[in-house]
Amino acid sequence: MGDITKDDVQYVASLAHLAPNEATKGRLVKELGAILDHMAKLNELDTSQVEPTMHAVPRTNVFREDVAQTSLERDKALKNAPKTDGEYFLVPRILDTGGEV
Amino acid sequence: MSGKALEKEFMEYEAVIGLEVHVELSTASKVFCGCSTEFNAPPNTNVCPVCLGMPGVLPVMNRAVVDKAISVGLALNCTVASWSKMDRKNYFYPDLAKNYQISQYDLPLCRAGWLEIDVDGARKRIGITRAHIEEDTARNVHTLGGGDSGVDFNRSGVPLLEIVSEPDLRSGDEAHAYLTALKQILEYLGVSDCNMEEGSLRAEPNVSIRPPGQTELGTKTEVKNVASFSGAHKSIEFEVARQRQVLESGGRVAQETRGWDADRGITVSQRSKESAHDYRYFPEPDLAALAVDEAWVDRIRDAMPELPQARFTRFQKQYELNDFDAGNLTASRATADYFEEAVAAGAPAKQAANWMMGDLQALLTEAKCRIEECKIGPAQLAAMIALIEDGTISGKIAKELLPQMLATGEEPKALVEKKGLVQISDAGELEAVVEQVMADNPGPVNDYRSGKKKTFGFLMGQAMKATEGKGNPKLVSEILKGKLE
Repeated sequence: MGDITKDDVQYVASLAHLAPNEATKGRLVKELGAILDHMAKLNELDTSQVEPTMHAVPRTNVFREDVAQTSLERDKALKNAPKTDGEYFLVPRILDTGGEV
Repeated sequence: MSGKALEKEFMEYEAVIGLEVHVELSTASKVFCGCSTEFNAPPNTNVCPVCLGMPGVLPVMNRAVVDKAISVGLALNCTVASWSKMDRKNYFYPDLAKNYQISQYDLPLCRAGWLEIDVDGARKRIGITRAHIEEDTARNVHTLGGGDSGVDFNRSGVPLLEIVSEPDLRSGDEAHAYLTALKQILEYLGVSDCNMEEGSLRAEPNVSIRPPGQTELGTKTEVKNVASFSGAHKSIEFEVARQRQVLESGGRVAQETRGWDADRGITVSQRSKESAHDYRYFPEPDLAALAVDEAWVDRIRDAMPELPQARFTRFQKQYELNDFDAGNLTASRATADYFEEAVAAGAPAKQAANWMMGDLQALLTEAKCRIEECKIGPAQLAAMIALIEDGTISGKIAKELLPQMLATGEEPKALVEKKGLVQISDAGELEAVVEQVMADNPGPVNDYRSGKKKTFGFLMGQAMKATEGKGNPKLVSEILKGKLE
């Protein structure tokens, strides 16, 4: 059984903004543990001579040229938003003073 | 501990500073979609499903972003990775609709470079840890009223280069010099407009302090909301002083993000870092890896302009300029280009330098005009200097001519003729003027002749005034002196 605790589940859930109940947490301890067990099994293979796979498709350098295209009309962009004022997407007031970037 | 001992202890802490700089690359379109990067467009008009973070869309890398990032890497003496990839950085914030930012994690495009700065006459090399490509986020607006915040996705997906320095900086002064040198290089490369007010260049200092002799780093704080170089400078000095105080009073510095409050001149705790930074990076499956071969790097290197430090050195040698002049004239690429064009158009280097750094600079500052937008082109400045050199106008007239050239954009020669500004070098005409001035001012004339030589300046001024400033000053002075003695 993988080395996963209820605290780990709670931590991962909070990073994903999820609030599982106790029963779900218990189930996830088992399920995530089983996944880790499977990974541990894979780790038994000697992969020291194998290049890491970073992408499912072996392609590199897929580019577009730097040309500005017509954008979406604003009405369309805002159409499915839960709340707008016709210009902005409206979200509950943000109290923190800055994002991550 | 006595006050004096405290002060000694106080002085001896060493500040250790690293800088993260985000610079918006000036491309026509965004990094992963074709939307325009225009700055002042109405909210949410330069958006599409990709930069709005709609599910199922496919980003495609803008080639120009990679080109520009490589050129910055080369200018900062970095190794350009022959193989790199994009990753997803996961976090929740209302400026990020898809809940991850496409960035680079373990394989940045550029790494292990350096940048040289000059502080107090000494040159110091500052390590560059990495420079990687990422996308900018949306902009949040808090001033709409009604209790909501607004989100504008025009900025979402604008290409960014994040440039991370080693913790090699030791003071606010060094950080300021680093930012200045970095901005200068970015401007020379033409990869960004580096406009801090519009947020195209953003600096975040990491600050820690440690007692002398300690090699281990102290706990660092990360400062956000810095909107200018002087803000970076001041926020670092504040943080260093604050951390000293914490340590002096027996506390320990908490690892956290602190916001710079420019109005109050202090940093304020924003959030504790321990819980906030678990980004669960993983490779971006929707973008192909970047394979940059030698030929590509060479092509970028060959197209790069001469960089500020090289140009500074060349200006000193080629134009025999001192440090001050060479530094001023190479501060921006546009200024350096202007100077070289003026010299190529025939202006003596020292004259061109003096006019550019003196009257022209003052006029441009007053008009809030950049030299590259100035109506006085380098050829016009050279033509004006030629008019002084050949005696057509005096330096004094030139000072009056320059604002008119700026206002009208006309050739100096045409303006001189039109406005009748030609210098009077006719000895006969000037003699008559001088005689009239002497007749009108018998007092000062007698004073001069009885030994009060300083009245000469007054009489000279009167004579120049009588010619409406057009008298050849050298000739007027000679004639006046001759007649007085």
